[in-house]
Amino acid sequence: MSTQLDDLYNDHILDHFECPYHKGAIDHPSCSRTEKNPLCGDVVTLQLQINPEGKVENAYFDGKGCAISQAAASILCEHVEGKSVDELEKFQARDMLDLLKVPLTASRQKCGLLGFRLLKTLIYEQHPEENEHSVSPSDTLNTPVSNTDNE
Amino acid sequence: MTATLRPTWTAETIRRDFPILEKRLPNGQPLVYLDNAATSQKPQVVINAVRDCYETYYSNVHRGVHQLGDRVTEELEGSRAKIQKFVGANEPEEIIFTSGTTMSINLVANGWGRRFLSEGDEVLVTEMEHHANLVPWQQIVREKNARLRYIPITAEGRLDKEQLESLIGPRTKMIAVTTMSNVLGTINDIHALSEAASSCGARLLVDAAQSVAHMPTNVLSPRVDFLAFSGHKIYGPSGIGVLYGRRELLEAMDPFLCGGNMISEVHRDESTWGELPAKFEAGTLPIAPAIGLGTAIDYVQQLGWQEIHDVETTLTRRAWDVLTEIPGLHIVGPPADERGSIISFTVDRLHPHDLATLVDQKGVAIRAGHHCTMPLHDVLQMIATARASFAVYNTLEEVDILADAIRHARKVMRLS
Ligand SMILES: Cc1ncc(COP(=O)(O)O)c(C=O)c1O
Repeated sequence: MSTQLDDLYNDHILDHFECPYHKGAIDHPSCSRTEKNPLCGDVVTLQLQINPEGKVENAYFDGKGCAISQAAASILCEHVEGKSVDELEKFQARDMLDLLKVPLTASRQKCGLLGFRLLKTLIYEQHPEENEHSVSPSDTLNTPVSNTDNE
Repeated sequence: MTATLRPTWTAETIRRDFPILEKRLPNGQPLVYLDNAATSQKPQVVINAVRDCYETYYSNVHRGVHQLGDRVTEELEGSRAKIQKFVGANEPEEIIFTSGTTMSINLVANGWGRRFLSEGDEVLVTEMEHHANLVPWQQIVREKNARLRYIPITAEGRLDKEQLESLIGPRTKMIAVTTMSNVLGTINDIHALSEAASSCGARLLVDAAQSVAHMPTNVLSPRVDFLAFSGHKIYGPSGIGVLYGRRELLEAMDPFLCGGNMISEVHRDESTWGELPAKFEAGTLPIAPAIGLGTAIDYVQQLGWQEIHDVETTLTRRAWDVLTEIPGLHIVGPPADERGSIISFTVDRLHPHDLATLVDQKGVAIRAGHHCTMPLHDVLQMIATARASFAVYNTLEEVDILADAIRHARKVMRLS
């Protein structure tokens, strides 16, 4: 199962990197958060506009860094719009990696999941009291997700 | 074990000593290992020495009265004596085994700093230090209300000597500096720093982690007070490192880690410390790695410093030439002839992590990131760089493979 170069930096990733979806800022976001990947200095900000019914109406990101982290944030924004907070609570790292459609090594998963990590924190903060007994998003993100069924 | 003399060698012949270089990567490609500044590969003799220890005479050192105990202690002390000669120290007791450079520097920052730093004192470091030679000092100066000051670097990545003059003074108690930058490749003038330290009565600690496999190390000329290095960057095992300290300083210092082996007498409420080097070697040492390090040092010495220098500068020059031909590629640090075998660079519109991933697909292992030098990257105004670093077993052909791989990466990223 060799990972081919062009699999990783394919059109899907490069198109999102070069022409990102919703890169920028929302004027009055419902919530916003910035995080860095200290290892490589990637930085991503994620902003959500959530309507009273609990639906994500708008998702924007901004940031700097490698193609994987930036393309992943763009893909994430596209995916979450129109989804409800409840739906996004069920959205897992595995699902995020599937959306990228490329195999990421454990070290590059940190880049691919940077935006996802922000999303999970923002969503978690929507109902902190209900989540008391569930694990915080950061606890679940430090173990790499197996890549084997991702090709 | 007496080393066989090998008067002439080339990267091609020497590669046979390193079993990993003959292995294929998981994707089937041959390995082009250019991440030697992070850690170097191990020759068969070192692997055998570690294995031999475990297979034939392993037991704890300085403890057993049994036959194995005598043998293992003899081997470990033999390794200490080799290291003593290798760094030019007066006595083997001045050689402390640690887990690596990081622990060696922590030992000095704590064992020396806690006793000898006071409020208002200054510790002088440089903008090019590895975090291992920054963070321990940050911690101790905070505790002591002392101050950490930085010798700046010039645009070419050398220490700014004029600034050095104005930074040293009666408050300077410690100058802690790397012999070779792990990013810029800059080789620092330890002579000048040693003179600066003695002119103001400061101690000098040198972090020799990067230089130790590439150029001779000598603690007496110029005189340094402390010197730290790691086994794993000099073809030796990981988990073992060295601190050299001048006897009078080591004797005056407090121990760092406390427990077994490092004591003379333990009473219910207090203890007295053992003699050097035991005072600083609490607990069971990484025994087999310590013995393997002695073998690694034999190995390097048998190659010869002149030969190592010739091979590595040829590689560095070639890398400089072929890399600077690549559009948008910028090298940081001084010219090829004035640096160690490390080249860090950026490529316009190609993030170092993407670059490292892309060249890895061609079998080329380089490093990307801040290389544990965030303050340096702040000075350079870069978030990250890519770094290729060479060792005795690298070939000119591998340098060309790196350049081709970078060109290919640019193509994949739609930059050419
Ligand atoms: C200049 C320098 N100092 C210190 C270190 C830390 O060495 P170790 O991780 O072996 O303790 C390194 C290694 O990366 C280095 O390059």
